[in-house]
This record gives sequence, C-alpha cells and structure tokens, in this order.
Amino acid sequence: MERARSITKKIGNINFSLLSPNEIRKMSATKVITADTYDDDGFPIAMGLMDPRLGVIEPGLRCKTCGLRVGKDKCPGHFGHIDLAMPVIHVGLIKSIRDCLRSTCRECGKLLLTDKQREEYCDILKKYGTEHRDKTYVFKQIIKDSVKSDKCPHCGRETSKIELDKPTSLRESGKKLTPSEVREWLEKIQDENLPLLDINKRTARPEWMILTVLPVPPVTVRPSVTLQSGERSEDDLTHKLVDVIRINQRLQENRDAGAPQLIVEDLWELLQYHITTYLDNQTSGIPPARHRSGRPLKTLAQRLKGKEGRFRSNLSGKRVNFSARTVISPDPNLSINELGVPIQIAKELTIPVRVTVHNIDWCKEMIEKKATIPSDPNEYCPSANYVIREMEGMKQRIKVTERNAKDVAERLETGAIIERQLMDGDLALFNRQPSLHRMSMMAHRVRVVPHKTFRFNLSVCPPYNADFDGDEMNLHLIQGEEAKAEAEILMKVQENILSPRFGGAIIGGIHDHISGCFLLTQKDRNIPIDIAIHILSATGFKGKLPIPVIENGKSHINVKDIFSTLLPDDLSLEYKSKSCFNCETCEGVKCPHNAYVIIKNGVLKHGTIDENSIGAFKGRILDRIIRDHGMGAGREFIDNVTRMSIAAITLFGFTTSIDDEDIPDEAKKQIEEGLAKALKKIRSLVHAYENDELESLPGRSIEETLEMEIMKVTGKARDTAGEIAGRHLGLNNSAVMMAKSGARGSMLNLSQMSGCVGQQAVRGERIHRGYQYRTLPHFKKGDLGASAKGFVASCYKKGLTPTEYFFHSMGGREGLVDTAVRTSRSGYMQRRLINALEDLRVERDGTVKHSGGQIIQFMYGEDGVDPARSIGGKAIDINRIISDIKEGV
Amino acid sequence: MVKTSEKQSFDIMSHDLVPLHIIISDKEKKELFEKYNIAPENLPKIFDSDPVIKSIGAKPGQITKIVRKSHTAKEAVAYRLVIESNE
Ligand SMILES: [Mg+2]
Ligand SMILES: [Zn+2]
Ligand SMILES: [Zn+2]
Ligand SMILES: [Zn+2]
Repeated sequence: MERARSITKKIGNINFSLLSPNEIRKMSATKVITADTYDDDGFPIAMGLMDPRLGVIEPGLRCKTCGLRVGKDKCPGHFGHIDLAMPVIHVGLIKSIRDCLRSTCRECGKLLLTDKQREEYCDILKKYGTEHRDKTYVFKQIIKDSVKSDKCPHCGRETSKIELDKPTSLRESGKKLTPSEVREWLEKIQDENLPLLDINKRTARPEWMILTVLPVPPVTVRPSVTLQSGERSEDDLTHKLVDVIRINQRLQENRDAGAPQLIVEDLWELLQYHITTYLDNQTSGIPPARHRSGRPLKTLAQRLKGKEGRFRSNLSGKRVNFSARTVISPDPNLSINELGVPIQIAKELTIPVRVTVHNIDWCKEMIEKKATIPSDPNEYCPSANYVIREMEGMKQRIKVTERNAKDVAERLETGAIIERQLMDGDLALFNRQPSLHRMSMMAHRVRVVPHKTFRFNLSVCPPYNADFDGDEMNLHLIQGEEAKAEAEILMKVQENILSPRFGGAIIGGIHDHISGCFLLTQKDRNIPIDIAIHILSATGFKGKLPIPVIENGKSHINVKDIFSTLLPDDLSLEYKSKSCFNCETCEGVKCPHNAYVIIKNGVLKHGTIDENSIGAFKGRILDRIIRDHGMGAGREFIDNVTRMSIAAITLFGFTTSIDDEDIPDEAKKQIEEGLAKALKKIRSLVHAYENDELESLPGRSIEETLEMEIMKVTGKARDTAGEIAGRHLGLNNSAVMMAKSGARGSMLNLSQMSGCVGQQAVRGERIHRGYQYRTLPHFKKGDLGASAKGFVASCYKKGLTPTEYFFHSMGGREGLVDTAVRTSRSGYMQRRLINALEDLRVERDGTVKHSGGQIIQFMYGEDGVDPARSIGGKAIDINRIISDIKEGV
Repeated sequence: MVKTSEKQSFDIMSHDLVPLHIIISDKEKKELFEKYNIAPENLPKIFDSDPVIKSIGAKPGQITKIVRKSHTAKEAVAYRLVIESNE
C-alpha cells in the first residue's frame, strides 16, 4: 500500500461537466426519504440522512456499501440521492440557462439564427479552436445575434423577451416560467446546436441544469459531532438537507392530494429557496438561511469560497508540522544569523537523520540519551524522539521513551531514520506575518536557550517589522538536505542584508547601536585603558591593542582607535555624518562639530560614527564592507559594531526623561513672542480678507488665498518656535543626541514637545468642520482666527488647552483612519499582484517567462540587473570606479 | 507606410509616447526563434486592430520589433506577434 502510494501521477486534464439525473441515481448508494437522522436509541435511520450506506464516521464501524472502516481501510463515503417532487433550478447555472433560452426557439428548440449565420459561426468556432483562442467572445456574439431576431427563422414562432429575476426566476415577456417549463424548453434543444451554446454535447445536456434529483453527499463530508453533554450536533449541510427533504415531502403530499395550485406553488418556491441556499447561502436577493442561534449556515459554496474556504485555507495554504510559534524578545548578544529557541520547543521539534555506517554509533548514543535526565532544567541535552524503520515495505514509527531508549538503540540498524531533537547550529526558517517581502522569512542558525521566547538580534527587527510589545513569530524546521542547502545559500539573514527594493542594506545598526557609537566617537578623546579593553572584549577582539597614550600618569586609548579595530585594512572613505549641521561651507576636516568622517586604510581619522556610518539604508561603512568583502564580512561587522556600541552605551550610561524637553524661561518668552507675532499676522490677514483688501494668488479664490497665507504663517510660527527651542537644547541633551545621530526621533518631535505643536489639519486643510459656521461652540460664528481653526500654540510639555486637544485628536484620528484604510487596501492589491506574478520566472538567458512558456519580458527588468546586487538600482557605481582609479594614480 | 485612408489626420508614429515599431523579416524571425528557443505563440501578442499595427500595416502572423525607452536600460527591445482581433 505504501509502495502504491509512492507512484506519482500527473494530471493530464480536468473536464468540468454536468451530472445527469441518471448518473446521480447510478452513483447513489441509497435514496433518502426521511428527514430524521437517528432514532431514539441513537442508531442511524435507514434511508435517512445518516444511513450507514452513505459511509460511516465512527471508527470501528463498517460501511454498509463497501464494508470498509473509516480509519485504516478508508471508506471514502458514498453519495445518496433525493428524488425531487418538482424540478428546481440550479442557482450556479442560471446565467447559462438564461442564455440558452434567449438564443433558442421555444417551439422547435433551434437556434434563432439563419442557417447562413449558423454556418458562419460554426466556421469561426472551428478556426478559434485550431488557433487555441478564447471563444467566450464568439459565444457572446451568438447570443447577441440570436436575441436580435424577432421571429424564429425555422418555424416562424415569434420570439419573446427572456428576463432573469435574480436569483432563480425567469420570465418570458413578463410571464413567469416554472422550472418544469424551462426544462421542457431546454429538452427541445438539438444536440448539434449545443456547441454553439458553449455546451459540450458529449458530456452534457442543457436540461440537466434543472435539478430533478439532488445528490446527497456522504456522511464523511458532513460528519456530526457529539458534544460533551452527549448531545449530537449536525453539520450545516445536514441541517439544510433536512429542510430540503421536509419541504420535498410536503410538496409531494400536497400535489398528490390535489391541493390548490396556490399552495403547491408556494411549496415549490420554498423548495427552490432551500436548494438555492443549500448550494450557496450568500446568493444575493434572498435572505441567507440561518442556524437556530442566528448564525448563517455554511453551505456548499461557503465551504469553497473566500479566505476561510477550501482553496485559500486548505489547498493554497495549510497547517504544517515541524513548526513552532511563540512570543519574541531581543538578545543583543546573538549574531544576526542566530535565533534563540526555547528548550521546550527544541525538545518537541525534530530533524530526520538517516542512519549510515558512519553515524550509527552517534545515532545510538543520541537515542540512549533519552534515558538520562539532566539535573538542571536549564541544561539542554538533545536526543531522539522517533525512530522510523522499514519492515517488509511497511514504515514503522517507534516513539523513543525513557523506558525503551536502550532497547531501541540496540536494535538500530543502518537504513533507518532517527528523528533527533533540535541542536545548536541547525538551520530553520523564521517568519513574521504579514509576510510582505522576501525578508519576512529568513533562515537562522538555531541556538537553544532557556525560557520561553524566541530571541534574535535587534538589527533584524526592520526586515521582519517586528517589535517586542507582544509580537509572535513562527519557526519552520528544514527537513531535507536539499532544502537545507537552498536555505543556506539563499535565505540566511546575512544573504538578505541587501534589499532587492533599493539595492542597499536593510539590516544595520538601530536605536542604541547608533546612540552607542555616537557616544563613543562624538568627542575625540582618550579613555582609560581598562574601559577601552572592556569595550573591545565585547566584540571578541583578538588583534594587537591600539597604542595607548599616557594622560595624568595613566594609560588611555583613543576612542577612534577602538572603533577602528572593526574596520578592514583597505577601507578608505570620506563623507558627512548624520549629525552634520549642514554648515553653509563645509569645512571638512576642520568641522567644528566633528561631523566630517575620514577613514584611511581602515583607521578612523576624524568624525563621528552615527546612522550615516552603521545604520541600515544609509550606513556608508556597512555598505562599503558588504560591497568589498561580501555578506560574511558584512554580517561580522554588524555583529561586532552592535556589540561594541551596546558595551559602550552601558558603560557610559544613557538616559532620557521629560526634563530633556525643559527650556529656560527666557526661551519660553521668546517662543511666546514669536507666536504672538504670528497670531497678529493672521489677525491682520483675516482683517484684510474681511475688508476685501486681500489680493488673490493666481488661479486661487480669495478664500483659498487666505487659507494658504494663514497656513504659511502657522507653519513658519512652528518652525521658529522649534528653532528657538532647539537653540537651547544642546548636544549634551540625550533627546537631541538621539535625534541628531539618527538613533530615534527627530528635531521636529523635540520642537513639538518643547516649542509649539503647530497647525492641525484634516485633509490637508485647517480644521473647518463641526458646528454651523464654526468648529466648536467655544468660538464665534465665522471666526477665521488661528485658535478657532485648529492651531495648537502650546507644546506637549506644557499641555494642550481643551479646544487644542480636541483639534489635535481630529488630526490624530485622520492619521489612524488613513493607516487602517491603507493597510487593507494595499493588502488586497498585493494579493492580486502576487497571484498574477507567482508563476513567472527568470530563465537562464535572462528572459522572464510564464510557466506556460510565454515570454513576459525579453530581459529581466529590461537591463537584466538583480536589484539586490545592484548599487542603488544601478549595475555599476561609476563614481566609485572613478575614485578608485584616481586613488591608484 | 502610413495608411491615410481612414479618418487619421495625425501620424501616431510621430508621437513621443509611441515607441518605434518595425515589422521584422522572415530571416530575423528565424533568428529570433532560435535565440530565445521559442515558438511564435510564446511571444507577447498584439491585435491587428491596434492603431500602431494598422499604421505600420502589419498582418496577422507577422512580428513587430518594438524599441522602447527604458528607465533601467536606456533602450529595451521587445517583440510582439500580430494576431487577428475579435472585432
Ligand atoms: Mg508589535
Ligand atoms: Zn463505504
Ligand atoms: Zn422555431
Ligand atoms: Zn560640517
């Protein structure tokens, strides 16, 4: 059995067609006539919905049709059928039914086309067929032409207009057509005309689109569950089938008893409703069938459709083994390639190892270790969880327990597979949703650690977009050697430092890494040798110690020399650091802010190390090391520079608090004066507007001009307030240090905290909605002043007035709504884009081809450049080449 | 080359946004198929009702070479198989 399953088969083609009533009866194991499921003793009722001939769900019981059980033999279940008292329209096919009626004659069943037209269309269809072209357009044309004729060209019957009342009712010139009438009509359509109606005459007949027999799916498709209370709970499909059978029965009885036409018709309609909702419970135009609790039933279409449907939830994506999920937390001492995996998880997850003559002793030892329990619960001692061996073609899976470990180890033979627990150094895929780009899933080297969270280096947060406020992430173990090799080469974190989005590093120092380097290198100074050695030890530095200088009789080491230990010898760079004040004429080496970085032959000569040196996106040193020395060196640099700066920042100490936003009273006064001036300017603008003295800007109305002028003034007011505040917040202020070095926050954030928050806006305009002619009842009607239209003169530190607070919330809400809308919309766009692109691939010759072989692009990206290996999108860095040549000369 | 029989008062080929379209010879065709190891069906298609195709007078079955301006490669060459349109 195992062997038979291993033969792979390829699907040649799939043909979708209609089931004929005969076929439905033929494949039926039983006719279903009773709506009841189980009798009082709990046994399924014969010819009921749970008839044992439809298959069994309880393990151990035998199916009455095939005699197999559920578990091992696998009875697939068998269909039954319900004979409908009256025919019913199939909702899913209503459009085809309408088209058939529209293009044929009710009298003779022939197409409403002249013989000549018909002949032409047959030829076109044949031609399209040989050319493999899409025929939908032709079929539409046939229907269009047929509807045009007002008399049947064959028997002369006048044609009538067929209208479709959604979802299932058809009218012929306003008169309702019953399903029976529709069926009679469709029966008249000749076989030879079917190809012109897009129906395959070998496999289908149009009248089969009207149901006379309803197949009942096997019980295995709609298993009932026994609740803890002993009560049985039936599947939604069973519920719906019960309804169908009940109404069908009543319809039959009433019709046979010769009940009034009206009653029969009502029941018929009801049967149509139940079958429609049985097929699709979200059909527009009819209320969805509900469960007793009010929850809409999940019927056939709902099982397949949408995110939770069979396709997206079970076929395109499914739950997998060898995976784990837990909360994440940071560990600055791990390499960016590493991942801390909790012991608990490591014990559960396994990797298969084939037993060979070379490793059999090791494997035995591995199994035996199951019996030894480490004394310290934080100590991890990997062993094997399962042994899989093949006995007479049958796979046998033995669980290794403390008890049988010795025994299993002794009997271990080559050829078997042991499933060993996770060990340090194993490669695993790590992922955080939403997986928006390829860096959302990267391979890490496992390091088994105590406690219960996954841990990784903080530099790897940006590609995953992770933070540690409770985020959870997933781990997938690699089970095969090929997969392992592929992950090693393509997916390891170090291979993903360069982003294909812009051809630059996406992984680099962040937050404290940058603050730390800034703290270390900002002032050109010498630090005591013991501190220097401590910092160097954090990087595991093994080279020669930088030459110490004697200060006050003690050995000191220059901070630049400490940093230089991380740089490769051939590195030479010159650039402005992030903390550059953008002086009008840059003085280079003589920069008063030590903001001009010079590195010569791997030695930092001058300058402050900050975001522009080691950060992702802009880190010049990082970028250069990766380009010149490869991903491995890049990884090493990130590992070491982050360790060094964390050591430095913990040694020097770094903190920020609310008093970092304190400014002297004199500065406060200056800010107030500036704001008062701005408010005065606005008042005068409003005054000018009211007196019609304002001159409008070209292409703008007077009102627009006023708004623009005021926005200009408020914007400037905030900037000047920020400038004044900034002047009084020096570089020894931690918040300023973070903003200037690019570690976190910006000067704008600071100026809002200690200067002025500024104008609040909704849709890019000053706030103007709310009450009639005013924004809040606190203001006069028609007030155009600053405070009435959302200008927040206070700063966050001082606190906002109630009206300011309200306007600020309005602006804040707009931001929240925007992000919410953006994420949902871009998510859907991305889904569609991925579905469109998923089976394209770049061939060896550089062309982009669809899996069907069609060429999409003659050269990938038109230039054939892999953006991840490009230099900011370009294939080569001309400036670099020129400067290198100059250097050489 | 330009058809003026229809109500076409403006030569669209002279427009800045219309890339250069050239009908390629049978020899070039053969070379193209060999170079990319493909059949004509694997090429991108263009309807013969397309204004550009009408303008250069290409017939179904012929292949046009298109030389476009490219952000990445300055100039990009593509080929399209002319097919009969539905209309
Ligand atoms: Mg979070
Ligand atoms: Zn069975
Ligand atoms: Zn007729
Ligand atoms: Zn400067």
